Amino acid sequence: MGNVTIESYREVAPPGAIDLIMKLAGRVKKKTFLHVNSTRYGGGVAEMLHRLVPLFNELGIRTRWEVMEGTELFYRTTKSFHNALQGQEQAVTSEMYEEHRRVNNENAARLPLEADFAIIHDPQPAGFVEVKPKKAKWLWRCHIDISRPQRNVWQFLKRYVDKYDGAIFSLPSFAQKLTIPQFLVYPSIDPLSDKNRELTTEEISGTLSRYSIPRDKPMILQVSRFDRFKDPMGVIAAYRMAKKYNDCCLVLAGGGAADDPEGAQVLSDIKNAASIDKDIFILDLPPDANVTINALQRAAAVVLQKSTKEGFGLTVAEAMWKGKPVIGGAVGGITVQLVYGRTGYTVNSIEGCAYRIRYLLNNPDIAAKMGENGRDYTRRNFLITRHITDYLSLIATV
Amino acid sequence: MKEFEFTGCIEIKELLGRKADNELQFMEIIEEVPSDCIYYHTHSYFLRHFYLAGQYPNDFANWAAIQVRDRVLGEKLGAVTLLPPKSIEDVRAEIIDIVDDHLSEIKMVPAVVYGEPFYFMKSRIIEVPLGVKTKDLAGFVKALEKVHASAVYNHIFEARLRVKKGKSDFAIWFDEVLGLHGLAGKIEKIDCYMYSLEGLREKIISLCGEEMR
Repeated sequence: MGNVTIESYREVAPPGAIDLIMKLAGRVKKKTFLHVNSTRYGGGVAEMLHRLVPLFNELGIRTRWEVMEGTELFYRTTKSFHNALQGQEQAVTSEMYEEHRRVNNENAARLPLEADFAIIHDPQPAGFVEVKPKKAKWLWRCHIDISRPQRNVWQFLKRYVDKYDGAIFSLPSFAQKLTIPQFLVYPSIDPLSDKNRELTTEEISGTLSRYSIPRDKPMILQVSRFDRFKDPMGVIAAYRMAKKYNDCCLVLAGGGAADDPEGAQVLSDIKNAASIDKDIFILDLPPDANVTINALQRAAAVVLQKSTKEGFGLTVAEAMWKGKPVIGGAVGGITVQLVYGRTGYTVNSIEGCAYRIRYLLNNPDIAAKMGENGRDYTRRNFLITRHITDYLSLIATV
Repeated sequence: MKEFEFTGCIEIKELLGRKADNELQFMEIIEEVPSDCIYYHTHSYFLRHFYLAGQYPNDFANWAAIQVRDRVLGEKLGAVTLLPPKSIEDVRAEIIDIVDDHLSEIKMVPAVVYGEPFYFMKSRIIEVPLGVKTKDLAGFVKALEKVHASAVYNHIFEARLRVKKGKSDFAIWFDEVLGLHGLAGKIEKIDCYMYSLEGLREKIISLCGEEMR
């Protein structure tokens, strides 16, 4: 993570944002802050906590991060919970519920949980609330899309959630009927991470050369897991419609195929669909290919996120941060991130997507202006500095 | 001489867990929600849109126009003015009247088909003194150029409505402390609901610049 300090963000955050953070932090300096989740490495939550925890300590708020441990059955259970809460029907047995309870009790008894304020992340450690000290304030932070949860799993979890002092969701549509306050905190990107930092021309061209991506035609890019909800086949169809009028290439960069049978099938389908077109590049990237993704986003002319179902989809904010116009499916968090006609377009069909690709390729000045707007919009709304401000204001008021 | 101290603000966004899929439900829920909810979707809309003004200057109008695709209601709700400082209850009553009249005219209930429901939220504003003070107009401009944009919101929108002063903090200070009555009048005449916060900041700086010339 290098020597990143709160001052490092002054260059990239909105004017006055760091001063505001410092003033707000001054109010809660004497409080102690705790995060609890289920993994130290891998996944967006852990990635964000690696950055947030040192920054909060630098701001004078003594902040700790505890990680629970589980059994194979526990992780299988929480994977089922995850899918069920996101709306996929799962068979969850009483043995699985019992394992969730048992592992939560065991970890809650073992880990030091003293703090004035705590954020417990996601369903895995939700049961820790049973040992919440009376004077402490605890919030349950839900990072997943629970707009249409499987009822029995949600009812199990809700019994815990109602015992917190509040819940935090990433989108208004994720709100539930609860007896506690529900707060909205959007996810964020870290502008100083490998995925988003400025790159040299050599780093960008090196990436394009490595994958033999041509530089003499504009690149249309979608970065996402190989998943049907990301509609990669729709992306290929839209690209083909646009290519009849404007020469361009398409890069579909993603991952998740190695450990997911469905992802492997999607990847195979995409490869079959693309096989005859030498201007389609399918990159199955490892999870740590952050600089590669950064370089591709910076080299793209237009970035797509043509999902048909989406939680928050931070790839939209990542692309906007790099000054790119984005065309996204009109679903979930994409509608929050894209301001129609200002930072890009939300679309509802393959035809709409193809039309907007053509429009942006033929109007580079408008595309550039949208990219500029998108960078400003992201600076205000989706950077880690805004995330810090949100957490500080919750510590100050809950 | 009394100094001017810049105070920024932060909004805690709270979800009410209520949503409307059609315009009748929308109106009925607006009748019931707390006033902080009406505030969130009208006034503090400007706190969330630093650079980019939306299609209409409140969430209600944008939902009708974009999600329900009822442009007529969108235009009518977009014309709801929050000036001269109206109470939140006045704003609520005006919105309900508009939706009610609209539904009576069209004799059907437009609903979301492809768009998103309206999710009701409420706002809690926390003031944060920024530790930036000034005694004169030149110092004021210099400070205004650098402070967090939420200070513009706090001293213009919040001061006028929530604190019920009826005037912006800037105009009061120019008028009562610096004796710059003309500048105070010009600041009060700005139709601030037509600007983003950054646009408003530029406009105020420009008016101050004219005064100093």
